[in-house]
Amino acid sequence: MQNIQVDLMTALPELIVLLMAMLILLTGLFAKNKIIIYGLAQFTLFAAAFFTVGTHTSAVGYAFSGMFVDDTLADVLKLMILLGTSVMFVYTRQYMQLRNMFRGEYYALVLFAVLGMMIMVSGQSMLTIYMGLELLSLCLYSLVALDRDNAQSSEAAMKYFVLGALASGMLLYGMSMIYGITGSLNLNEITNTLLQGAPNHTVLILGLVFIVAGLAFKFGAVPFQMWVPDVYQGAPTSITLLISSVPKFAAFAITIRLLAQGLGQLAGDWQEMLLIMAVMSIAIGNITAIAQTNLKRMLAYSTISHVGFLLFGLMSGSLNGYASSMFYISAYVLMTLSGFGMILLLSRKGFEAENLDDLKGLNQRSPWAAMLMLITMFSMAGVPPTIGFYAKFTVLQAALQAGYIGAVVFAVLMAVIGAFYYLRIVKLMYFDAPQDNVAISAPNDMKLILSFNAFALLALGIMPQMLMNICGAAIARSLQ
Amino acid sequence: MLLTHVLSVSIWLPILAGVVTLLIGSDNKAYFTRWLALASSLAAFFATLPLYTKYNFAKGAFQFEEAAQWIPSFNINYHLGVDGIAVPLILLTSFTTLIVVIAAWEVITKNIAQYMAAFLIMSGLMIGVFSALDGILYYVFWEAMLIPMFLVIGIWGGENRVYATIKFFLYTLLGSLLMLVAFIYLFQKTGSFDVINFYQLPLTLNEQIFIFMAFFMAFAVKIPMWPVHTWLPDAHVEAPTGGSVVLAAIMLKLGGYSFLRFAMPIAPDAAHYLSGFMVTLSLIAIVYIALVALVQKDMKKLIAYSSISHMGFVTLGFFIFSQLGIEGAIVQMISHGFISAAMFLCVGVLYERMHSRQIADYGGVVNTMPVFAAFAVLFAMANSGLPGTSGFVGEFMVILAAVKFNFWVAFLAATTLIFGAAYTLWMVKRVFYGEVANHHVAELKDINKREFLILALLAAMVLGVGVYPKLITDFTHVSAAQWLSHMAISKLPVAGL
Repeated sequence: MQNIQVDLMTALPELIVLLMAMLILLTGLFAKNKIIIYGLAQFTLFAAAFFTVGTHTSAVGYAFSGMFVDDTLADVLKLMILLGTSVMFVYTRQYMQLRNMFRGEYYALVLFAVLGMMIMVSGQSMLTIYMGLELLSLCLYSLVALDRDNAQSSEAAMKYFVLGALASGMLLYGMSMIYGITGSLNLNEITNTLLQGAPNHTVLILGLVFIVAGLAFKFGAVPFQMWVPDVYQGAPTSITLLISSVPKFAAFAITIRLLAQGLGQLAGDWQEMLLIMAVMSIAIGNITAIAQTNLKRMLAYSTISHVGFLLFGLMSGSLNGYASSMFYISAYVLMTLSGFGMILLLSRKGFEAENLDDLKGLNQRSPWAAMLMLITMFSMAGVPPTIGFYAKFTVLQAALQAGYIGAVVFAVLMAVIGAFYYLRIVKLMYFDAPQDNVAISAPNDMKLILSFNAFALLALGIMPQMLMNICGAAIARSLQ
Repeated sequence: MLLTHVLSVSIWLPILAGVVTLLIGSDNKAYFTRWLALASSLAAFFATLPLYTKYNFAKGAFQFEEAAQWIPSFNINYHLGVDGIAVPLILLTSFTTLIVVIAAWEVITKNIAQYMAAFLIMSGLMIGVFSALDGILYYVFWEAMLIPMFLVIGIWGGENRVYATIKFFLYTLLGSLLMLVAFIYLFQKTGSFDVINFYQLPLTLNEQIFIFMAFFMAFAVKIPMWPVHTWLPDAHVEAPTGGSVVLAAIMLKLGGYSFLRFAMPIAPDAAHYLSGFMVTLSLIAIVYIALVALVQKDMKKLIAYSSISHMGFVTLGFFIFSQLGIEGAIVQMISHGFISAAMFLCVGVLYERMHSRQIADYGGVVNTMPVFAAFAVLFAMANSGLPGTSGFVGEFMVILAAVKFNFWVAFLAATTLIFGAAYTLWMVKRVFYGEVANHHVAELKDINKREFLILALLAAMVLGVGVYPKLITDFTHVSAAQWLSHMAISKLPVAGL
């Protein structure tokens, strides 16, 4: 009895999200005014965040027979996921209302996806990780298809589902091989077994290849990036915002758990795989983005290149490197929230604002919005004094420390190419004349949060130390 | 507080003033916005004056130092300090910003607040570059400065502004990012980003060459040296007058200054090793680019090429490693700051009236604008190196130093006195003298009080430095000597230690 209580207390934030998601699903059926659901969803996120912080200790706690872990890394990432989702709800409210998608399912599905992410973040057994991942993925597949009469969305959802299922299969296959060799699903036990000497290195590596492929798919790293542009473009912008932002925290968490924690002994092998993927992601992401005319698709390729930079930190295989990756991903999520938030701000009923040309002359229509987007774009390009610069700086520093000078110089040259398409956005907003002059209408809370969001990129760029400390501490305490 | 934090105040006052201007200024309140910007730039100028009055000329070390922790994870500090090389450049920066604000008075009519804010913010950032003693702090200022300049050229520029401004940004970014890699490499070696630690770090010749080349990519683009100069004529031609002035007067100097502050003292053996290469590039800039300037039809393009040619003297002065050469190069930087600013302003005065920069559209301007023509001829003379103007002093010092180094180098460099006079005076002849070319020129009105004021200020500086160069050499003397003594010590690891 005692044991169950400890287990449930450890997973308290997850339980809150689970119960509230079910409640919202029910309420959605009966509530006349759907704003109640919105309020409930926001309340859920804040309650879960509150208990995540409230139950935080610097020690590592296990639950459910060691399948679930509650450490600093998990708490920090959960907090970021919850806050990110909350911001996303603010940005998407009006967009969903105008498109008749402001329904209970939307909030319930997102909350289930959040639950999936939280389980992934806390997964200490390969099975837990896989369960969380599937919960997240299934919710995302259906969210992409939420606008069910839209052919493009349905196509995107189909692609996402088929490729996603394949990737999940690969991940599971890899896990089963590791299980077969080590005889355990628990990451700590796998580490211990590997420390005693791997029984069969070849099978182990084969399993590792499948796991890395599965992870790379979830990140959208080259050569598993094919789904990213289509899904980003096809999904309703609010869902694109979701897919491109917080799930990356969860993907980062399971990569750390699986590769660094569980298979840390094989670092020499997966570092090489990550290096190839990182270099290719940066190259293909940045070069292909130049040719895009659709803003969402361009940001999709930009995401691929950001993932490449993120892998730079991971592949350096040091605590410092993992912390730099975590810093990168936090910066990335802030930037992507702001970027897609701007598309949502500019869209209106019957108008998606998803083409590059829709940004033309934004400085004349709304100098404030243009400035927010300017900060976001320079941050994505990695120009100081924005957080995007420190994100690139920290991962490059970690990679240089690990001795990858050639790869770093290559990444830097690619970043110059990347700067071009971000500059093109600035050019459209500032140097061109506006094409349409419809006033921008958005709820005040969204304008306020979006402003905070964009200025956070600048403020954290001037004072990055706090976020660096948080990431450093989370990694250090969890991976000691 | 003000005196112990002179540098911080000089950096942040214009930046904050720029932000305030951006927030509360607007085209509806044009009058108010302009006065706000003028007051800000005046205050910012006075804030830099203590650097002149309180400077200890006998001291070679860094002065007005400030240090505070910034990002302890990477041992990055907010470390500022200036020596005699940086102080004149900082004063030049705040002075030029003041000039630019006045010059924009009636010229800029759209997005006034954004224009003024861009220049105020840029001014603070450039002073930051001149005073940062921490690699990352320096890098942040260096890169951040690109954003306002990118917008200035892109928003208020001419026909082909988008091409020019993106080229400007990407060229500079490419060089800068390689410099960042070099900084991170040095950080791995020393455990901090402090320049003074970098100075003392022993490095093998190969390492030094790689580091030097990474810095070279960043600074050579900025100066700009042949063959990475092609962004400059484009950027100058398309930029609004204020943008051209700041580009020519200050941004180019950032490259020169950074060679002295970073590339050469961090990798002194590589600097000696590659000096032949650098001198060659400088001579190509001086001679070849001067010939290119000769055939230009566009006034702004001509002055842009003339800038590249004159900056060749700066790098030449650095890489012959003599006291006279260094001091001459610094005087040349300051002098070119005044002269190029003045020349671009003169073109701006004509462009506002005629909306043409083509030499062929003018002729006989002296008949309708006598006062203006007097100024323009003075600046043209200074540009071609007439004794008594600042343009003569720097070039003469560098040529003298070069004679001691190698006669033929000096000989080639000295040809600029002919070519420089040729392209500048030929342009003056075609624009100002001769018959009145057309009815547009006949209808020209002479300069107004505002234009007179800025040109007179610049003329005073050009003549002042020309007659009394001690104004600048007082600053540079001790610092340059100390710099040379540092450069003389090899940083190669000694075998057997």
